[in-house]
Amino acid sequence: MSIGASLKRLEDYNLLTGRGQYVGDLQFSDQCEAVIIRSPHAHAIIRSIDVEEARGFDGVLLILTASDLPDDLRPIPMRLSPDPILEKALQYPLAKDRVRYVGDPVAVIVAKNRYMAEDAADLIKIEYEVLPPVTDAVQSLEPEAPILHPDAGTNEMYLIHGKKGDAAERLKTCEHVLEEELYVQRHSGIPMETRGLLALCDEDERLTVYGAAKVVHFNHQLMARLLNKNIDEIRLVETDCGGGFGPRGEFYPEDYLIPFAAMRLKRPVKWIEDRLEHFKATNHSREQKHRVTVGFDGDGRIYALRDEVFFDQGGYIRTHGTTVPSLTQAMLPGPYDFSDIEIVTHLVLTNKTPVGTYRGPGRFEGTFVRERVIDMVAAHLKLDPTVVRERNYIRPEQMPYSNGLSALGQVIEYDSGDYAETLDRARKFMGWDEFAGKQSRARQEGRFIGLGFASFVEKSGFGPWEFAEVEMRPDGRVICKTGLTEVGQGITTTLAQICSDQLGIPYGDVSVVHGDTALVEKGNGSFATRGAVVGGSAAWHAAGLLKEKLLNIAAGQLEVPADMLALKNGGVVYAETGQAAMPLEELLPVCSDLGISLCEKYTFHIEHMTYPYGCHAAEVELDPDTGALQILNYYIAYDLGKAINPMLVEGQLIGGMAQGLGGAIYENLKYDEIGQLVSGSFMDYLIPTSMEVPEVTTEILENYPSPLNPLGVKGAGEGGTVAVAPAIANAIVNALQEYAIPITSLPLRPERIREALKQMKPER
Amino acid sequence: MTEKTAESNRLKTITLKVNHKEYTVDVEPRMLLSDVLRDILRLTGTHVGCEHGVCGACTITMDGRPVRSCLVFGVQADQADIVTVEGLESEDGELHPLQKGFWEKHGLQCGFCTPGMLMTACHLLEHNPDPSREEIREAISGNLCRCTGYQGIVDAVEYAAKEMRERAE
Repeated sequence: MSIGASLKRLEDYNLLTGRGQYVGDLQFSDQCEAVIIRSPHAHAIIRSIDVEEARGFDGVLLILTASDLPDDLRPIPMRLSPDPILEKALQYPLAKDRVRYVGDPVAVIVAKNRYMAEDAADLIKIEYEVLPPVTDAVQSLEPEAPILHPDAGTNEMYLIHGKKGDAAERLKTCEHVLEEELYVQRHSGIPMETRGLLALCDEDERLTVYGAAKVVHFNHQLMARLLNKNIDEIRLVETDCGGGFGPRGEFYPEDYLIPFAAMRLKRPVKWIEDRLEHFKATNHSREQKHRVTVGFDGDGRIYALRDEVFFDQGGYIRTHGTTVPSLTQAMLPGPYDFSDIEIVTHLVLTNKTPVGTYRGPGRFEGTFVRERVIDMVAAHLKLDPTVVRERNYIRPEQMPYSNGLSALGQVIEYDSGDYAETLDRARKFMGWDEFAGKQSRARQEGRFIGLGFASFVEKSGFGPWEFAEVEMRPDGRVICKTGLTEVGQGITTTLAQICSDQLGIPYGDVSVVHGDTALVEKGNGSFATRGAVVGGSAAWHAAGLLKEKLLNIAAGQLEVPADMLALKNGGVVYAETGQAAMPLEELLPVCSDLGISLCEKYTFHIEHMTYPYGCHAAEVELDPDTGALQILNYYIAYDLGKAINPMLVEGQLIGGMAQGLGGAIYENLKYDEIGQLVSGSFMDYLIPTSMEVPEVTTEILENYPSPLNPLGVKGAGEGGTVAVAPAIANAIVNALQEYAIPITSLPLRPERIREALKQMKPER
Repeated sequence: MTEKTAESNRLKTITLKVNHKEYTVDVEPRMLLSDVLRDILRLTGTHVGCEHGVCGACTITMDGRPVRSCLVFGVQADQADIVTVEGLESEDGELHPLQKGFWEKHGLQCGFCTPGMLMTACHLLEHNPDPSREEIREAISGNLCRCTGYQGIVDAVEYAAKEMRERAE
């Protein structure tokens, strides 16, 4: 059996030997290079753009400003959760008369190479009339705040209101009520490879665009629409891709501008985003303020949850529409059964880079808020925080369970699970029962250690469908075409394992083809941890149809009923005994002689998402003089129904944990009051290195397979990320119990802990 | 301005050895070594992730030391002996123990940081055949990886060190 085995990845050989083909590695003759000129101001009116001197510069081939683009060009639309209300704040490929964030594209310059293009860019003179900026979502709602999009008339673009029961009424009757304000900072995926595109336009006006990722088929249609071309005149091709994590692969201004420039020049045009540009141009994520109120009894049973969320969207609405704030809201209650809930989320514009999704969108933020609140409730009542969790969990017998809220057009309905079990395992592994003793012994030695827990529910398997086409070639090799894309997560190996399992051939005999609109007829792509769940199920069914066909033909040849046969070890065997009946080398020529096509397609539809879950636990030590934090022990229990390749699942969990750690302690896309991004390079934006990421122990559970797909899988992409911040924050609070430090915002920088320790005197 | 361009366009001829092969090329003095390797020599295994020397994706070895090729001008590499990821396999195509280790231990996901990681780890194992996990972590701490959380990479380097020691015995 191939499913369930930790097999080595098929992707790796090329990547290990320098044979990978990332978009920057491609080179075509006559190729030229584009540089995007971006606004240096957060908020300004463009008075004039003078490109004359640059136009005459050596090597310059083309300069584009908004006035060079078609008059009827539409802005970049929303891909997910679109809403007409938001359309007044969409982004055009080039700013027309006003810029709204530092990095807003204003002009494109194409030259023979990037060195020349950058030289010439310095000669473009743009006159700006600087306007007052607003860089804080709450301030942006004040009456005197500058309005970013006068047509919209307000910076509050959207209000999401979710409700179950009557939280306001319920709060009046609760024994205890806590009110807290919590904050998650701006940060993002920051893949190691920046974005890039290479567009070619031939004499017949046919375009080929390399460097697509994530949602290739969607962007294919959108590109055709915006460029006013037929869909069959454009081909999008995925190359190797240096990390996705959410931001990469969405349709950005450059996805219009680079193909447009190639059409104008009839030459290959390449654009590789540089790192400083990436920080300003590519989607940011995460920034939210929460004002939470919870009502509970003396046992820590929480009855009412009210939250007002301020979601910082940046200067424009990008492709995700209301996705992230909706998910924040709908997933905020997590694994707990709260009877009365009311959440209001304000989606607010500010003069900062627009935002989109980043691994665990909405859940990273909501999990931090909720799991901190659980520990605050416990601290208020002087109860064990793990016991407070236990008292509030949704129980297995309540499944399927709806929390009454909805996101992405679906009511949240958890399919199956036992949330208490993952906490139990975490407590055991971390030695929670004995920890108080350990902690006081450490304190006697002058060491501050603490242990924190955070439970979470993830979501995966976003529909509505995914496509697969599985074909067996005459030589017995299998081609699996999928609508998914590869962003480093290993879908090639995962799908090869699924096909191998169905067809009884080695997984190395399966070639997976993805991300080429000329080869794969349709697809929704890889995001929202949907790959194995939706795409994997499509491949399972397509390979299953092929299996049936092969067995039927073999049955005819062998003159036995098809259900007595199976595919195994590269041939047909008798199902009961496993004895070889007919090798593929004999069967395939028969199929060919009979003119039978061995190609099957399947589109797998799914109506509801599925919900993996788990628990993170962190043991930390703090240096009281410097505030420095060391992670002594880190554990993740994760139930995902079924792991197709446990090694890859572990890789996702640990890699995801490192990204969550970045968001918890280090990473911050920080703006000053005039809207300049002050952490816009790797010198100031700190990504965890091998010295900061601890050894992580993972426990992969398969106790509750998803009832919603044939594989029982629930997806592994985001569960490693979403609960890191509260696990560490709770551990810090636990380490400093007598100091009553208000840990309510991220990142958990050492200087904040040190300052807090200086100011706060022990309570006792 | 045109004068300045003419000056920066003035080409210099340099000779450098890359993966045991000698190349003589004309380069602008301002051209980065990473661009010389990638765009002129077409050795695209060396990746550029930040161009300010922090991420380590472009790490190569130059005269036996790991160096960020985005922080070196091509002209500074005149007469240098350079090894890139393409030079790690043996001539008969056998993978370097580190490449095997990364494959066995899931030391890569997207693979973008991998060439730089391999070159850095290669230098470590040449100087310390039996590093502790902590020493491995320290050695690769100048190379950012956004996918793996480093644990698989540390496992991979440990694996390779063991294999190389056994081979040496």
